[in-house]
Amino acid sequence: MATIVGCVCTSHVPAIGGALARGLEQDAYWQPFFAGFPPVREWLGRVKPDVAVVFYNDHGLNFFLDNLPTFAVGAATEYRNEDEGWGIPALGSYPGSPALSWHIIESLVAADFDPASCQRMLVDHAFSIPMRLLWPDRATMPAATVPIAINTVQHPLPSPRRCYRLGQTVGRAIASYPEDLKVLVVGTGGLSHQLDGARAGHINREFDLMCMDKLVHDPAALIHYTVDDLVDVAGSQGVELMMWMAARAALGPRARCIHSNYHVPISNTAAGLLALEATGSVELA
Amino acid sequence: MAPRSGVAEDADMKHTHRPIPGTPIFDGLRAARGYALNALCYSLNSASNRDALKADEEGYCSRFALTPEQREAVRSRNVTALLEAGGNIYYLAKLAGVYGLNVQDIGAQQTGMSVEAFRDKLRTAGTT
Repeated sequence: MATIVGCVCTSHVPAIGGALARGLEQDAYWQPFFAGFPPVREWLGRVKPDVAVVFYNDHGLNFFLDNLPTFAVGAATEYRNEDEGWGIPALGSYPGSPALSWHIIESLVAADFDPASCQRMLVDHAFSIPMRLLWPDRATMPAATVPIAINTVQHPLPSPRRCYRLGQTVGRAIASYPEDLKVLVVGTGGLSHQLDGARAGHINREFDLMCMDKLVHDPAALIHYTVDDLVDVAGSQGVELMMWMAARAALGPRARCIHSNYHVPISNTAAGLLALEATGSVELA
Repeated sequence: MAPRSGVAEDADMKHTHRPIPGTPIFDGLRAARGYALNALCYSLNSASNRDALKADEEGYCSRFALTPEQREAVRSRNVTALLEAGGNIYYLAKLAGVYGLNVQDIGAQQTGMSVEAFRDKLRTAGTT
């Protein structure tokens, strides 16, 4: 059976792609951010996941307003990253696992979720940058990926509670997959930030640190926030916390913190990193 | 802020968002109003379209059914006007990129600060 070995949540700010392309990891501005990753990479090097299931939000590469799913699960053999309009170099393609994807989609629909299934799907920086941060050497990258996109572009957004339950259901789906695979769940985005409006630049360090703490031992404490609450406290784009909640929910109730890092600012964003190891099994009930 | 007590499932059928000062909410009505403008922005994922916009802004904009307000907002390079015309910030970031504006530049624009003061505000947020 497949096993979820852990969960890594990280910010996915586009400027990180620019910094990587220009080799700025040791630059004074970037060093406190990139310094978070070596301990996580070292752990991943020991765990060696076979698959990465990635909860992320598309920013207008694959989806436009003509067809905008609330939840979308990739079911392709390959996912390409492409030009998003800013001149950040595209980071190539990622192998899929249609069999695992369809198993997840079947499980979600059986549990009363209604995701879009995508046999063709481009993945934007919210997918490609975390993959690059976790596996700078593509040779060590997991052999397969499953992208799961959650709408944060256009309200109404799914509630934090719904995203958490989506993650729980994906976790159960993975744990019931018959192949012996080690699966890493990834959540990307956040933490607090706001790009639009007179409140642009809003950051909430206290809230972010509270969330990172709760995500380790008591993630369900966060499901009572509404989307409006998250916009209010964490900023318009701080709602990306929901990617972290979905990924964390997939891991099951018990987890151990491998490493965490928090640094403000990266571009306009409070950047967070949290790596958790599963210490119990996902309850299939 | 404390979470509100378990109300998330008591659906609010009024579909209203709590007003949050300085914070536009990109909902369906706004998305409908801004469709043409956002379609223009979305097209800028393609380098050839970015070149076409730079070469002939009037001609490129005429391919999209922009309202006069949207056309004027594009001309102004003003993000507050672009948001007001129904633009979504993720899509607008692609347009801003064509004009060499990054997210600090547009943050400064919207808050009426200099770019340096806006960057300072972000740095300060990391320490408090």
